Amino acid sequence: MSLDFEKEVADVEAKIAEFKTQNPEPTGVLVKELNRLETERSDMLKKIYASLTPWQTVQVARHPERPLIRDFIQGICSEFIELHGDRLFGDDHGMIGGFAMIDDHRVMIIGQQKGKDLEEKIKCNFGQACPEGYRKALRLMKLAEKFNLPVITFIDTPGAFPGRDAEERGQAEAIARNLLEMSALKTPIIALVTGEGGSGGAIGIGVGDIVLMLSNAVYSVISPEGCASILWRDGTKADEAANALKITSKSILQLKIIDEIIPEPVGGAHRDYAGTMKATKKVLLKHITTLKKITPRKLSSRRFEKFAAMGRFK
Amino acid sequence: MAWFHKSKEAAPKSEAPKKEDIWTQCPACKAHIYKEEWDRNLKVCDRCHFHERLTWEERANLLMDEGTFVEICPKVSWNDPLKFSDSKGPYAEKAIENCAKTGMKESVAVGSGKIKGIKTSMAIMDFRFMGGSLASGTGEKILLGALYAIKHKQPYIIISASGGARMHEGIVSLMQMPKTCAALAQLREANLPYISIMTDPTTGGVSASFAMVGDIHIAEPRSLIGFAGRRVIEETIKQKLPDDFQTAEYLVEHGFVDMIVHRKDMREMLFKILKYAGCR
Ligand SMILES: [Zn+2]
Repeated sequence: MSLDFEKEVADVEAKIAEFKTQNPEPTGVLVKELNRLETERSDMLKKIYASLTPWQTVQVARHPERPLIRDFIQGICSEFIELHGDRLFGDDHGMIGGFAMIDDHRVMIIGQQKGKDLEEKIKCNFGQACPEGYRKALRLMKLAEKFNLPVITFIDTPGAFPGRDAEERGQAEAIARNLLEMSALKTPIIALVTGEGGSGGAIGIGVGDIVLMLSNAVYSVISPEGCASILWRDGTKADEAANALKITSKSILQLKIIDEIIPEPVGGAHRDYAGTMKATKKVLLKHITTLKKITPRKLSSRRFEKFAAMGRFK
Repeated sequence: MAWFHKSKEAAPKSEAPKKEDIWTQCPACKAHIYKEEWDRNLKVCDRCHFHERLTWEERANLLMDEGTFVEICPKVSWNDPLKFSDSKGPYAEKAIENCAKTGMKESVAVGSGKIKGIKTSMAIMDFRFMGGSLASGTGEKILLGALYAIKHKQPYIIISASGGARMHEGIVSLMQMPKTCAALAQLREANLPYISIMTDPTTGGVSASFAMVGDIHIAEPRSLIGFAGRRVIEETIKQKLPDDFQTAEYLVEHGFVDMIVHRKDMREMLFKILKYAGCR
């Protein structure tokens, strides 16, 4: 699937595909022509992705083929032992987690899963976790604390689920509890926004010693559509709202809310899973190694200072 | 009553009493009520028990021993980290208007005072300032209140009245949720009591952060308390929600609030709880 601002790339890609069908084994001048087309394509992508507007970045962050937490686990972990349930109500498929191995580091991985096909999307509630999802996440974090495992959270959600059941079971309390407990957790936490960092649903697993974003991820207090419909009284002004809200990784790094941006391959993470995994793994390993050297008590007090400084001006 | 006296003085005086000076209307049941009676009842409707929103000064006067509440960080103000503008113009202009309207610099007043002699730190949100929204200055003040409570070994009481995080400060507003909760984790570490009082409304990012992690949760009758907005939920699940959905009473029913306390009894109840918590 190509996005509307990638129209010209899609045209070249169609040309490349057609060329390949007609010339399964190109030689001589034909190889040159294929190379020319492919260079044209990658130049176009480079140009487009170097100057995405915030609203275009939202489209990339929400791309249906964007890698999800299960893709990251498969791409960077040699082992994953999934754990289920919050021990209170049920098992939320929109929030998954478990033990995992990254090189020789044992870690706890937690994050929202949006789902790929419709069936999985429905099962995962499109990555909108319910209170039991946040409580499962907390249960696994406490377990990680007990076992001295670093926690790595993968954030990708339009938001916590706005449903009747979710309210009845205390969506607000579940998120609030995580914020408090994560701030004091005595084990390293790395939070990575991979796609959509949707408001309270994102920060509910986002309190990290190190907070990272993939370059085309977004992180926001409200969706651009929601903000537009409230402050512009017009939901179609989402592009203006996206500009005003400063939701891109670059802006958020400038605001000192995140520590580092993980660069995505040319044309976005959805075009090159292997490249995305390689870049992500490298950055995660660097931080795991550093954080493991800090005592648990020091870690939690540093984490407090880090968040206490956010939004402190002058 | 002392708590009301201040706001009466602030009101412009006119020679002949006008109709709206004598009568007021309950926003909930629309009953016409004598203004004098309305004020004597602490802005609570006698007929339907609706609790009208109060200013931070009215709250302080209502709960604290007379003249004891002193602000600890009155200089912390709103900020504009995004240089935000919407269709109605710059956020900065709106914030300046709100300052002029309320005499506040942010949506919360934080200080320390006494409840029947017990020294207590208190944060009082005021809905008049941009809907009581949670932004950088708000979060900073609530954090400073917690640190003050720790330093002086006092209990901490936060009175919420907020529609949630302030969009105009974007991601910086969102970060006030973990920031305030991190401060409350420090308070817990110091083994000091934290009482959260939820008033109308306590929703969005405020309900999903400091308001919901109290040792004790108290709500005023019929307050709106919840995470997502009613309309958003109805659109999502394609169902009508019951009338009492997200009311204080509904939250007690579902186990998220300890008790509903009428405004006139709040000070006495706080005193009793602080006594159980070992405060002197
Ligand atoms: Zn009434």
